[in-house]
Amino acid sequence: MSLPRVAIVDDHQLFRAGVRAELEGLVDVVGDAASVAAAAQLIASTEPEVVLLDVHMPDGGGVEVIRRTAEAHPGVRFLALSVSDAAEDVIAVIRAGARGYVTKIISGPDLADAVQRVREGDAVFSPRLAGFVLDAFSGANPPASERASPSDLDQLTPREREVLQHIARGYMYKEIALRLEISAKTVEAHVTSVLRKLQLSSRHELSAWAVERRLLEP
Amino acid sequence: MMDPAMAQSAHPGVPPALRRDTGRRVLAGVCAGIGARFGVDPLLVRVGFVLGAMAGGVGLVVYALLWLVVPAERVAGGTPLLRVRTERASVQVALGVGLLLLSALLTSRALGLWFSDALVWPLVLMATGGALIWRQSLGGAPDPASALTASAATAPARGGASRAAPAAVHYARRRLSSASRTSLGVVLVIGAGLAFLQSVGALSLARDVVLAALVVAAVLAVILAPWILRMTRSLSTERAERIRSQERAEMAAHVHDSVLQTLALMQKRADDPREVASLARRQEHELRSWLSHHTAPAGERRLHGAVREAAEEIEREHRVRVEVVAVGDAELGQRTEALVAATREAMLNAAKFGGGTPIDVYLEASDGNVRAFVRDRGPGFDPAALPPDRRGVSESIVGRMERNGGRAKITSSADEGTEVELVLEESGR
Repeated sequence: MSLPRVAIVDDHQLFRAGVRAELEGLVDVVGDAASVAAAAQLIASTEPEVVLLDVHMPDGGGVEVIRRTAEAHPGVRFLALSVSDAAEDVIAVIRAGARGYVTKIISGPDLADAVQRVREGDAVFSPRLAGFVLDAFSGANPPASERASPSDLDQLTPREREVLQHIARGYMYKEIALRLEISAKTVEAHVTSVLRKLQLSSRHELSAWAVERRLLEP
Repeated sequence: MMDPAMAQSAHPGVPPALRRDTGRRVLAGVCAGIGARFGVDPLLVRVGFVLGAMAGGVGLVVYALLWLVVPAERVAGGTPLLRVRTERASVQVALGVGLLLLSALLTSRALGLWFSDALVWPLVLMATGGALIWRQSLGGAPDPASALTASAATAPARGGASRAAPAAVHYARRRLSSASRTSLGVVLVIGAGLAFLQSVGALSLARDVVLAALVVAAVLAVILAPWILRMTRSLSTERAERIRSQERAEMAAHVHDSVLQTLALMQKRADDPREVASLARRQEHELRSWLSHHTAPAGERRLHGAVREAAEEIEREHRVRVEVVAVGDAELGQRTEALVAATREAMLNAAKFGGGTPIDVYLEASDGNVRAFVRDRGPGFDPAALPPDRRGVSESIVGRMERNGGRAKITSSADEGTEVELVLEESGR
């Protein structure tokens, strides 16, 4: 399989250079951009498979990049990278359409692995993101009257919860599959399903976080 | 707001308030009210007013004013002829007072009870304007401007002013219209004064002085207005600038104290990557907590915070990464403190024997149940075949949990590393 074609969007020059060096030989970096406008242009001209996206940038950050490009380029997948620990940042970028979220201290090989998984259409959850999701989906479900449509989008299945707990405990997908005695593909399916719920659910914790980042109008 | 009537009765020695007695009224209950207040037969009061009305209409004016000023006693079944409490009514009432007075004056003139024609229009204007001002100032008691007019213009009606206080509930919303009505009244009263002066020929003298004063005031206003405007504007920008520079100074002080120091230290230790990583990590924690404390004040210590604190301490002392992920939070009590201590012990173990691999800590608290997982990816060990010194440490994890009605499970293998699971259940209490 050929190397994934990756674009790097980050306003810190030092960081872009560092990621480029770390991913050398593991992915094919087709270009980088330092601003939202430049990123939109880069994505339109190179059609990368995966965009490594900084959450915090002037002019709206990663959320704005996704908003401007996702519709015109449905084949492009986004993986968010951030130094932020704040739930509202993470949730906002996921709800905008990113397929995963990793922190910037991730090692080169791990990042390349995450890129590969995002490229294949899977979701990438860091332990911290798994924690946020468990937090957001814990507690009472919103009353039926507050839901857009009566659906299972507002709660996690026990299995999904179990998978997320293992991710939060630091297990890799392969290890989770072994421990839960399911296939690695099933683990992926659970995580992807959680990602879908994360993006589509109307749970007010998620909406509130999104509103805080001005992703949605309140 | 306190009912003023209650407020008055709460002070012994203060005579009961003058109220229009609408229960025994003939017209508006003014005479009945006065009779009740001063212990006189209302009939006598009425006779007095009729006599007064014939003496140049004074009785009529006084009656109309009392009607306006004195509030009605709330008596079930009695409704006054005219409700003059609403906002819009002010102007109508004022006009009515003016017209009433005019008709009274004209009547008395026709009857030959007359002093001078020069009095007619000034008096009518004065009464109309005065009525406006009074009603306004009574309605908006807390407004300092109208309170001033009230005390200046309506000295006899002070009791009424204090009683009209409940009407000030919607004070803010009405202030503007109230002010414009008050100024209309003021204009009318001043006009009345000027008309009177004009008619007696004293105005031409006053006119020159007033004109000169007006011109000077206008000139000063035109000259000074932009300057005053600029001054207030620059004052507010200056204040904003001062606040900003204070924040900048605080930020700079912090960056200098911590971040720059750490960067210097890292350059000195550039040959020791683990030390550099640990320094950077410590600085990161410190900066993060400073940023979050900067935006939100620190709450009391809870489970999540306590575990995080322990993790940071281990990171500092053993130079390994400890990643804490927490879902939910719980109060700290004897049992949860024990769990924190056991978690700390598990992290310490992982730091010592995990071969420097990062440690993942997952903490979950919900419905009184608390679970903690501490995991490293080190070489692993067989819990059954531990050397005695390490058995002691694991004893302090397992033993501590069991003493507090919880349990601990240690799983370890060569390829997956070691995981310690600590559980406190509500039912285990």
